[in-house]
Amino acid sequence: MKIILWINGRKVEDTVDADTLLLDFLRNHGCASVKRGCETAHCGLCTVFLDGAPVLSCSVLAVRADGRQVTTLEGLQEEAAEFGAFLADQGAEQCGFCNPGLIMNTIALLRENPRPSDEEIKEYLAGNLCRCSGYEGQLRSIRAFLACRDQKEEGVQ
Amino acid sequence: MYKQNKIRYTPLWTAFGPSISRFFSADPEPVSPAEQKPIPLRLRRGIRMIREVFKLLTIKDYCKAESLAQAYELNQKRSNRVMGGMLWLRTSRGAVSTIIDLSGLDLNRIREGSGEFSIGCMTTLRELEIHPGLHAYTEGALRESLKHIVGVQFRNLATVGGSLFGRYGFSDVLTLFLALDSYVELYRGGVVPLEEFSRMKADNDILVRLIVKKHPCHTVYLSHRNTKTDFPTLTCAVSEQEGRCRTVIGARPGRAIVLPESSAVLADGINEESARAYAEKIRHLTPTGSNMRGSAAYRSHLTEVLTRRAVLALGGNTLKEKALGGKTR
Repeated sequence: MKIILWINGRKVEDTVDADTLLLDFLRNHGCASVKRGCETAHCGLCTVFLDGAPVLSCSVLAVRADGRQVTTLEGLQEEAAEFGAFLADQGAEQCGFCNPGLIMNTIALLRENPRPSDEEIKEYLAGNLCRCSGYEGQLRSIRAFLACRDQKEEGVQ
Repeated sequence: MYKQNKIRYTPLWTAFGPSISRFFSADPEPVSPAEQKPIPLRLRRGIRMIREVFKLLTIKDYCKAESLAQAYELNQKRSNRVMGGMLWLRTSRGAVSTIIDLSGLDLNRIREGSGEFSIGCMTTLRELEIHPGLHAYTEGALRESLKHIVGVQFRNLATVGGSLFGRYGFSDVLTLFLALDSYVELYRGGVVPLEEFSRMKADNDILVRLIVKKHPCHTVYLSHRNTKTDFPTLTCAVSEQEGRCRTVIGARPGRAIVLPESSAVLADGINEESARAYAEKIRHLTPTGSNMRGSAAYRSHLTEVLTRRAVLALGGNTLKEKALGGKTR
């Protein structure tokens, strides 16, 4: 069946099977940042934005994205690069496989709640699993990112 | 470097699904997408047959329903399925002939009236979680019941209809709403109390919406998990209305059940002693079983502990803080 959707603002038309997953569809269209992980909707590696809301692309049929806006990490380069540097600084990336999903969900968190507490960060990112670290590095990097952003804002004022 | 001047098909194993393809994913001679040819139709049909033999989930057709009547009619065929958030269905096995999508029927809204909440079946768990009216009415119990379910991305997909229609034993959503005065509207079956619905066998009807009647009441929800974001080992919801407590225990591991009225124990008020007696009574009334998450004996113990804490939490702020280990919701 034919679907039309917008991937990172680019209109894409394609024919898919009814059981094609959005994850496979996006990877076939060059979005390599969308990783295949647990495939049981638990690890958060395949996080993308569907009409602005973070969802797990391993559990969404591509046909369900028909007529909708899909955003992957490729479409959020600037926002992602800034935060990604903090992840690296804090040693929060070892194999780095979970980073795209984590960055996507962190961006979603900060859009929803620009000043989250530690508890809110932990709660929001509970669906992003990392097998290398103990999540402390990620938490430190978000704290550092927020502190840096606040300093910049104070500097501007 | 891409290998030149050689026609390559899309790797065959990718058609068997990601679990199998993962084992073969290291291709020593990567081929550019432009060089790849789509798998021929006959081969794809063969692969589909093999997938069906191995019982991986296959879907032949997709239908975005234009009306509930159309969805109901399609759902009468045994091989067709209604999709909610697609999270449980995704992990199931078998062949679905036509998957029926209700997302175009404007059933993803929460409407708050003076006497009730009307929650469309396609409302996501995340929408429930952040709804201010429901949060205030349940005094945070609804948010507490939902926030442990995997992650935000998961809850942005999972729907109320999918969670309730499946009548899953592990359902936090079913446990919480059973403690409230809730009803479900079925397309053919009409409005049915949720308690009655939870005991019904699965059929081919369609759950249209959930109705929660408003009453002055207090609600507390507690659950125990072996590890964060896992299925619960036990869930417990207690609501108090006009001095009567309604207790629901879920993840026993069977479906959540409403326990018989036992509020007489609390007639002289809620205190440590009466809460303990009430919890002990609930423990004896609750049938529990064993699975990989816990034994029947462990679940019975949890039933008593969570019920006591929940009743104490209903008893007042001082007791609530004590019951929840100094943490208030």
